[in-house]
Amino acid sequence: MCVGVPAKVVKKMEYSAVVDVMGSQTTVGTIFVPEVEIGNYVIVHAGQAMSIVDETYARQSVEEWRRLVDARNAETVE
Amino acid sequence: MLEMLKQSNNPEICKPLVEAVIAKSKEFQKKFGRKPAFMEVCGSHTMSLARTGVKQCLKEDVNLISGPGCPVCVTDQRSIDAMVALAEGENRIICTFGDMMRVPGSNKTLLDAKIAGKDIRVLYSPVDTVKVAEENPDKEVIFLGVGFETTIPILTLMVGEAEKRGIKNFSIWMTTKLVEPVLRYLLDAGEVNLDGFLLPGHVSIVLGENSYKYLEDEYNISGVITGFETAELLSGIYKLIDIALTGRAAIENNHPAVVSKTGNRVIHKWIDQYLTECDEAWRGIGVIPKSGLDLKPEYDQFNAKKRFTVEIEEPRKTKCRCGEVIRGLISPSECQLFGKACHPMNPIGPCMVSAEGSCAAFYQYMRESY
Repeated sequence: MCVGVPAKVVKKMEYSAVVDVMGSQTTVGTIFVPEVEIGNYVIVHAGQAMSIVDETYARQSVEEWRRLVDARNAETVE
Repeated sequence: MLEMLKQSNNPEICKPLVEAVIAKSKEFQKKFGRKPAFMEVCGSHTMSLARTGVKQCLKEDVNLISGPGCPVCVTDQRSIDAMVALAEGENRIICTFGDMMRVPGSNKTLLDAKIAGKDIRVLYSPVDTVKVAEENPDKEVIFLGVGFETTIPILTLMVGEAEKRGIKNFSIWMTTKLVEPVLRYLLDAGEVNLDGFLLPGHVSIVLGENSYKYLEDEYNISGVITGFETAELLSGIYKLIDIALTGRAAIENNHPAVVSKTGNRVIHKWIDQYLTECDEAWRGIGVIPKSGLDLKPEYDQFNAKKRFTVEIEEPRKTKCRCGEVIRGLISPSECQLFGKACHPMNPIGPCMVSAEGSCAAFYQYMRESY
């Protein structure tokens, strides 16, 4: 099962990290994301961090949704 | 950052996005005289579309078809029976994902075997299997390696760890699946008419956006890589309709915050080191050449299929239509067993068991709305 909720890295060890997911903490492997830093958000699958969430792209996605929503709301008002 | 990530389930965004998708679909229907049809090829998409209500909200305007994305569901019956038979052996500890426990074998499930006294353990993190092996040197410890590209790299980590620690009593029963060969199979078979694919968010972390070019170049069909939250699903579907309206095919990455163009290169190195392509049998399809990955011969010591022999009989035939559900040919409710003989308390096929199964999603969230 793919879990879409990102986990925040709160402590970094050599090949693992402690992550916080909505208040719960657990240890995950970080061998696939060696560049990970404390404070990063990561996508975790079966106990391994697979990708670091890129904040710039995450923000762009939200902005894109808002543009769609604004366009929709404008059409509805007309 | 967290507040920004939470926006993907913000009703103030999601509700108008539903309206935007429906309006875009109306445009499509006006132009082509039919609803657009898309297939999601990730079991977690299937469950998310049902759980978030997106599929129900769009049911009059978008035909969302579940495809072969649930790893447990696509594993063929012989493989399931072989894994149950493996667990029946003496002096073994079987480690597995929870989804596998209740999948019906021809005669019994892994859960039945566990109740009968076999040592079968559910692990969240497969790498812990190596620790189990280290703590039980007098037992053979075998992990049931079922999964797509997101899970496959984790199997390589296990082998690396066992190798490093010199553990001899650990092995994996490999029965992995790859997305590209099965998409090619579906497109070559031409059994389902599609306007595009909702491409898997996490498999794409491994593969990367560029890996789907064959859809556009060879099959002239579109794909949008999409995440699992409500706004991500809706915007992915919106983009698929938008592309379909242009009459051209394109691959778009709607999940760029975690999916890159080339995929995770560290993971590629692990896969290249330990694994090689192999033929795999799929439920309802049969053998697709080079549709899975197996351990390279130099790692035979960790390959359970090379170390243990299991004997299985011809799988028991049932009226289960999971094979057709997986190929997108029928909806779960079109199976005569659905909701009657087959339900979550008494699953006949794997699609009713798995947390990613189409039948389980349909039963849990949609059976009253269709």
